Amino acid sequence: MKIVIGEGSCGIAAGAAKVYSALQSRITAQDEITLGVTGCIGMCYLEPIVDLYYEDGKLAHRLVRVSPSDADAILDAVRAGDASGIEKLIITKADEGFLSQQTRIVLRHCGVIDPTSIDAYLVEDGYKAVEKVFATMTPEQVIEEIKVSGLAGRGGAGFPTWFKWNAARSAKGETKYLICNADEGDPGAFMDRAVIESDPHSLIEGMLIGAYAIGAHEAVVYVRAEYPLAIVRLEEAFRQARARGYIGKNILGSGFDCEFRIKAGAGAFVCGEETALIESLEGKRGMPRLKPPFPANCGYNQLPSNINNVETFANVAWIILNGGAAYAKMGTENSKGTKVFALTGKINRGGLVEIPMGKTLREVIFDIGGGIRDGKQFKAVQMGGPSGGCIPASLLDTVIDYKALGATGAIMGSGGMVVMDETTCMVGMARFFLDFTTKESCGKCVHCRLGTKRLFEILTRIVEGEGKPGDIALLEELCTTVKDAALCGLGQTAPNPVLTTIRYFRDEYEAHIAGRCPAGECNALVRYDIVEDKCKGCTACVRVCPVKAITGAIKQPHSIDQNLCIKCGSCLTACKFDAVVKA
Amino acid sequence: MDCTCQTVNSDLSLLEPVLREYAEVPGSLITILQHAQETYGYLPIDVIYHVAARTGSTPAKVLGVATFYTQFRLKPVGKYLIMLCQGTACHVNGSQKIEKTIQEELGISDGETTPDGLFTLKNVACLGCCSLSPVMMINGETYGTLTPSKTLEILRGLKKEVEKA
Repeated sequence: MKIVIGEGSCGIAAGAAKVYSALQSRITAQDEITLGVTGCIGMCYLEPIVDLYYEDGKLAHRLVRVSPSDADAILDAVRAGDASGIEKLIITKADEGFLSQQTRIVLRHCGVIDPTSIDAYLVEDGYKAVEKVFATMTPEQVIEEIKVSGLAGRGGAGFPTWFKWNAARSAKGETKYLICNADEGDPGAFMDRAVIESDPHSLIEGMLIGAYAIGAHEAVVYVRAEYPLAIVRLEEAFRQARARGYIGKNILGSGFDCEFRIKAGAGAFVCGEETALIESLEGKRGMPRLKPPFPANCGYNQLPSNINNVETFANVAWIILNGGAAYAKMGTENSKGTKVFALTGKINRGGLVEIPMGKTLREVIFDIGGGIRDGKQFKAVQMGGPSGGCIPASLLDTVIDYKALGATGAIMGSGGMVVMDETTCMVGMARFFLDFTTKESCGKCVHCRLGTKRLFEILTRIVEGEGKPGDIALLEELCTTVKDAALCGLGQTAPNPVLTTIRYFRDEYEAHIAGRCPAGECNALVRYDIVEDKCKGCTACVRVCPVKAITGAIKQPHSIDQNLCIKCGSCLTACKFDAVVKA
Repeated sequence: MDCTCQTVNSDLSLLEPVLREYAEVPGSLITILQHAQETYGYLPIDVIYHVAARTGSTPAKVLGVATFYTQFRLKPVGKYLIMLCQGTACHVNGSQKIEKTIQEELGISDGETTPDGLFTLKNVACLGCCSLSPVMMINGETYGTLTPSKTLEILRGLKKEVEKA
């Protein structure tokens, strides 16, 4: 029997490493049990996850929400070949649906293979695509195959991959660079991290094919510094691939050379923009350049460079092995293949979801994600992070493709999908994103530097109860100006969260300006009161109030001094008689 | 910012191996600063001057890079570095309440260190453990599904640990 534990970053955060140690310390020499690790299975809400495999490699049981104290029961069950003692840990049919409704290409090995072993990757047809390319394809044929597949940049903009490759291939110059953008900065998206942590060789293989196609002999992965485990796993994968001859000189006897290295980013959202990333690679402040010239002609070190995102590269080996046509069969007219989403927020089943383009938002959120937590109502889904927008319930049947999502005012983006319920204030949400873009604006152009700041200030004023009539029109005007005039993608898209919330939730903005927060989230606009008839005078609220704002004799109705109240909500939670009300 | 160049006196020889490897390699400034921060725990001002001199750059340029990226700190951090996630999922699930709790308990805001040098609070963009939101990471250990009371328990537990030692 083999016991495999999912050790991606979020699995570890949920306690997977402790489960591993607990099992390891209890396995004796007599046990015929091997203990292994795998990457992120993508069912984040069930972590830590432990898989039990038969000797033939078939999955026997998937155990979920395992704690170190379950170790004895698990080992007893494995030794006895009887799972009755661990039934409560076995994944339910409903939860299995989270995976069975997905189509996994990018994530095909995630949570299946051991990411620290190149042999595990080789068993799954690893590096077969590179062998095929070197043996039978010219660089032009590779680019043609990618063109047939319809693969588009998965980092956000959705630009055709073949077009970029072709431009870099056609650019004049001997030295060219292939760069992977793994600076996943969108808060709420973590699929790139999952791929690197769980299947690093598929990234290397995709990059190797890309390097061959454009004629680059140096490949750089620019990884977010906040992803230490991804860096460790990728370095190890480089080492193993180099030892087996997949990296270095004369790869597989093809005569093609390619060196790989990692560059750890230092934390700047704007470095997701390709020219800012190049500046950062050169050791400078990551401030975007004017385009043109485009990186394909004048990029890193002023030489031709091609930049793609992790998820884009992770598709490449599959396309080469299965054919571009097979990939293009999935999806819609203008968006081919699959896309990975990080489904989070007020959702029952959160995690990584890979689906063919063309499914609806409703299918992802309700069928796969299991709907909204705690029986609450769906209000909106935020897509595309700080560059994206909020899509309301009335548009839940929107199909997932670049064009249809763009029409809502949101974007496909890198795949962050944050679900909100009725308790989330949409004005607060817009303010949250503008707070982010204000801090992350590099300061190079005035419209982004000052425009985002002014937007943030107006939104702050509104949530603090000081909104004025005319503020909505002012926001709209400013948003349009920033969109039109900002230098790079960060500034041009920064107003999207404001524009979409105004478009779909204008009533919430109006309510705030009139002095009310419908979601009850903005402290300045809510008040707590005690309903006299319901109050039993039990003093529970008096004891929890941190500012002594509640007074009243025992067994007599209490009251809240509104001048002292800091609106922390402690009384509401403490009251057992529903006597405290929030309005 | 008050001038601190007179008051710090860092052991610059510690950085020598890194400078020998990278000082002459173009585009290595960020890498050098990352190593320097690992060595000193932050970027002391005399180290910034030294790096500038050794790489043939100017202190303004080096400081420009150091202040551009969120990873770099110009002040020492406390024994416990609290990285509070401010990602979208954490925001939706109530990270503001957690921030308020930490601020009230420790009397520090984002970027500040307690006078006893025990805790530093730093808001970070996203730790990528969205299903555990709201989340904070203290010295590499992740604490998820936080509530104000759970947060207090964790902070007070760490304080007690220090008192015992």
